[in-house]
Amino acid sequence: MGPGDLDQILKELPLPKDPKVLVGLDTSDDAGVYQLSDEVALVQTVDFFTPIVDDPFTFGQIAVANALSDVYAMGGTPLTGMNLVAFPIKTLSPSILKEILLGGLAKMEEAGVALVGGHTIEDPEVKYGLAVTGIVHPKKILTNAKAKPGDRLVLTKSLGTGIISTALKGGMASEEAIRKIVESMVTLNRTASEWMKTLGAHACTDITGFGFIGHALEMAIASQVGMVIQSRDIPIFPEAIEYARLGLVPGGAHSNRDFFSCRVDAHPEVPALLMDLLYDPQTSGGLLISLSSNEAERLVEALKKEENIDSCIVGKVVEEPRGKIQIV
Amino acid sequence: MLEIDCRGKACPQPVIMTKDALAQLKEGEWTIIVDNPSSSDNVERFAQSQGCSVKVERRGPDFYLHIQKRKVGEEAELTRRKERGEKVVVYINSHLLGIGDEALGSFLMKAFLKTLLDLERKPDRLILINSGVQLGSEDSKVLETLKALLEKGVEIVSCGTCIDFYELKDKMRVGTISNMYDILQSLFEADRLIRP
Repeated sequence: MGPGDLDQILKELPLPKDPKVLVGLDTSDDAGVYQLSDEVALVQTVDFFTPIVDDPFTFGQIAVANALSDVYAMGGTPLTGMNLVAFPIKTLSPSILKEILLGGLAKMEEAGVALVGGHTIEDPEVKYGLAVTGIVHPKKILTNAKAKPGDRLVLTKSLGTGIISTALKGGMASEEAIRKIVESMVTLNRTASEWMKTLGAHACTDITGFGFIGHALEMAIASQVGMVIQSRDIPIFPEAIEYARLGLVPGGAHSNRDFFSCRVDAHPEVPALLMDLLYDPQTSGGLLISLSSNEAERLVEALKKEENIDSCIVGKVVEEPRGKIQIV
Repeated sequence: MLEIDCRGKACPQPVIMTKDALAQLKEGEWTIIVDNPSSSDNVERFAQSQGCSVKVERRGPDFYLHIQKRKVGEEAELTRRKERGEKVVVYINSHLLGIGDEALGSFLMKAFLKTLLDLERKPDRLILINSGVQLGSEDSKVLETLKALLEKGVEIVSCGTCIDFYELKDKMRVGTISNMYDILQSLFEADRLIRP
């Protein structure tokens, strides 16, 4: 669903105030956080979607990595998961569903998450995902609302999964492009999350359906800051540029542009195709982490040296204009 | 006029249907109908990337994209060239020739193209890719040389992705805008490939 569709409806929900809700709907954050005690808060999130790759096992893995990411983005540790399944059991072979669930289970095992149940409905369209419960220390929650002017922004995965998935749907994606995005989408954000906590990050969010710009803006608005993004430093899958040129841009990218572009000021020399990538909805995208300049460099270095993860400093946090992003 | 109705089709179906239509039709005009701005933008982009001209007409909630394919005369000319004998393609992937000093590289590229113009034998096609596309833009110091090569019957094609990347869409002064499929086709069809 596009950002515009949901925004109005959510604004009209009469939510009662509860002091135990440490993170709720009002800051458009990645997960909900509810305090249980002085030491423990519950982190909850849910995510599901239709297949974006042909192989069911891989789809299962991607869906789970995507769902868990929101917990990692809050600085939390996921503990349990419950499957959400929609499947046309009368017309599609049950072995496909089994493969999807096996893929999901494999990724949960990798993350140390216990599958404790789930719910299935019959549906002409296949969908799979997870409801996740995790924990976090109430004083160590990494919301998207504490980015500070002077901070640097680190992005831990490349952009372009939406466009390349669209090309894949149209039978126009190369084997290499598919291989690259699958590898990226099945990668858990756990390691990046652990490192950012160690280095004292101020704020974090993960890049998913609203695209880089949508999620960066959520952080800018919640933190009441501005951002300056260096377009040349954004990590991208190069094939996505070619596919964007061929018009293989998902509808979601257009919705994101329609909704968010009023808060974006792009320099005229920034290539139009690169802007498409910045609005491109991501699946199981990377973490966008806001931390002080020295720590940002240490994070990029540590992720590369210790975990062989390529991440980049893509911009900085500024005081003004608040709630706006400049792309240079 | 052929009309292809893509209304109600999810992305990227309209682009795929446009691609299929292009593959089947030898020339001429046809119209693709879509029902949302994203599909309109996507189909327009695809058609343009394939060298077609596109006119978008709004009719109520729908978008009518009138697409015109490259003319018959140009296709015939290409066939004639193919029948002439060994096909020579020059592949230029940088505005500089060689690796090393940039000023020297720029000078050498200029000299290369000038000498190419002076030779009796001419290549059939010149491909400009990556920063090579800059050579065909309005600010290029070798523009006149490239224009002269065009007049001698050399086809010049520039990579569209690169043109967009360097923001030269309205600044290209020679040749046609091409795409990776077309460029790869040239490379495969070449009997001789020259890479300065």
